[in-house]
Amino acid sequence: MARTLISVPKTAKAGDIVTIKVLISHPMETGFRPGHDGRILPRDIITEFTCRFDGEEVFRAELFPATSANPYLTFTTRATKSGTLSFTWRGDNGFDQTETAAIQVT
Amino acid sequence: MRLRLMRRGPPLLEGEGQGEVCAPSGEDAKRPNDGAVHREPLPRPVIGWIPDRLSPTLQASGKGRRRPGDPSGEVPHLTPTLYVQERGHARGLLASVAFAVSAVAAEIPPGERRSGFDAMAPETRAMQEDDTSNPGMLWVQDGAELWARAPSADKPACAGCHGAAEAGMRGVAARYPAFDARSARPMDLQGRINTCRREHQGAEPLALEGRDLLSLAAYVANQSRGLAVAPPADPRLDPARAQGRALFTARMGQLGLSCAACHDDNHGRRLGSATIPQGHPTGYPLYRLEWQGLGSLGRRLRNCMTGMRAEPFAAGDPEAIALEAYLMQRAAPLLIETPAVRP
Repeated sequence: MARTLISVPKTAKAGDIVTIKVLISHPMETGFRPGHDGRILPRDIITEFTCRFDGEEVFRAELFPATSANPYLTFTTRATKSGTLSFTWRGDNGFDQTETAAIQVT
Repeated sequence: MRLRLMRRGPPLLEGEGQGEVCAPSGEDAKRPNDGAVHREPLPRPVIGWIPDRLSPTLQASGKGRRRPGDPSGEVPHLTPTLYVQERGHARGLLASVAFAVSAVAAEIPPGERRSGFDAMAPETRAMQEDDTSNPGMLWVQDGAELWARAPSADKPACAGCHGAAEAGMRGVAARYPAFDARSARPMDLQGRINTCRREHQGAEPLALEGRDLLSLAAYVANQSRGLAVAPPADPRLDPARAQGRALFTARMGQLGLSCAACHDDNHGRRLGSATIPQGHPTGYPLYRLEWQGLGSLGRRLRNCMTGMRAEPFAAGDPEAIALEAYLMQRAAPLLIETPAVRP
C-alpha cells in the first residue's frame, strides 16, 4: 500500500465549502526516461483519481506522465451532510488504492 | 589541497549528473534581506566555463589553451575562465570577476544567518509548512514505522531501547554530527543509526541514500523540528570543524570555485534564475522538488560539487562529515526544519 497524506476538515457547517488535500507516494515513472543501464524504464503512473462522498462522485482527475512523483491534489466541495469521503487512485500495473475519511457536518 | 577533478565513489543518483552551478532550478523569489550587507556594485554575474573547443574568443585570446607541459591526451586542459553576462548581452570575458577570485570571506554573523526557506516562493513555503502537503512527511511516516519494528525476532526495535522518539529523540538532530568515542571520529545522524543497527540490533547497516535510512533519519530529525541548531561544545570535534572550514573555503574543481564563493560571498544574489542560499543544512533529509524525492545532505553536496566540476565526496566520506560538522556550526542558531522542502 502506498502511503498517503489526506487532509479533510473533521467538522464543517452545512453549506460550507471545504478544501480537501490528498497526496500519495508514487514514483510516476514517465516511460520516457532511460535507467542506469540505458534502457527505457517502463511507464508506471497513476492515471485516475476519484473522490466520492457516500458513493456519489464529487471530484475526478486524470493524470498523465508529466505529473510529478508523489502527486498532490487539492480541490473543494460543498459540505451538505455528515458522511464518508473515499479517495481512489488507479494506475498502471494494476495500481488501485482507496482511502477514506469521515466528515462531520453540523 | 588536492584538486578534485575525477569522480570516484558510487554511481550518482538521478539528477546528480547535472550540477547546479551552471544549471540551477527555477526558484524565483526575492530575498527579504537583500541588501542588508553592503557589497561592491557588480553586474549580476552569470558564471560559466567555456571549453576551449567551443570558444573561438578564448582561443584567440590565448586563454583556455593547453598548458605547455600538459600531455596532449584525452583530457582537455580546462582553464577556469569566467564570462559575465548582463541583461542577456555578453559583455566580454573578464578574468577577474569578484565572484570567483575574492579572498576568503568572513563568516556570516549569527544575526544575519537565514535559512533557504526565507528565499523560497510562497507556494513552496506553504508546501513545507503544512504536514499534509509536505511530501517529506511520507518518509517521516515510514520512519515511524521502522522505529517501532524490530529488525529480527530476538533483537529490539529502536523503540525498544530509546522509547518513544517524541521524547527520546527530541533535540538529537540539532547536535549532530557528534563525536563517536568508540570509532574515535565524528559521526553524522545516518552513521549513528547504522552503527546502532550493527551494534545493538545485529542487523546489516542500511544503504546510504536508501529509502529506509532516509526515512529513519527524517523521523529522528523531525523530532527536533523547531529547535535551534546546537553544535556540541566538544573539543574533539574541533579538528573536523577546522577541516570542514578548510574544505568550505578551498577552491576545487575545474571552475575554481569554493563553497564560500557562493554561499558566503554571494548569497541572496542569483545564479541563473535561482537565488543563492546561505547554505545552512537545517532541513535535511529534505524533499527537493527537482529530485522528486527525499535526499540527504551528502546528496546535496555531491550535487553542488558536480556543478563545480569537482570530484564529489563519496557517500559517508569523512570529508563530507567534517564539512557537515562545520556547516552545522555555521548554521547555529537557525531552527531545524526537517523535512524541509526546497525547489
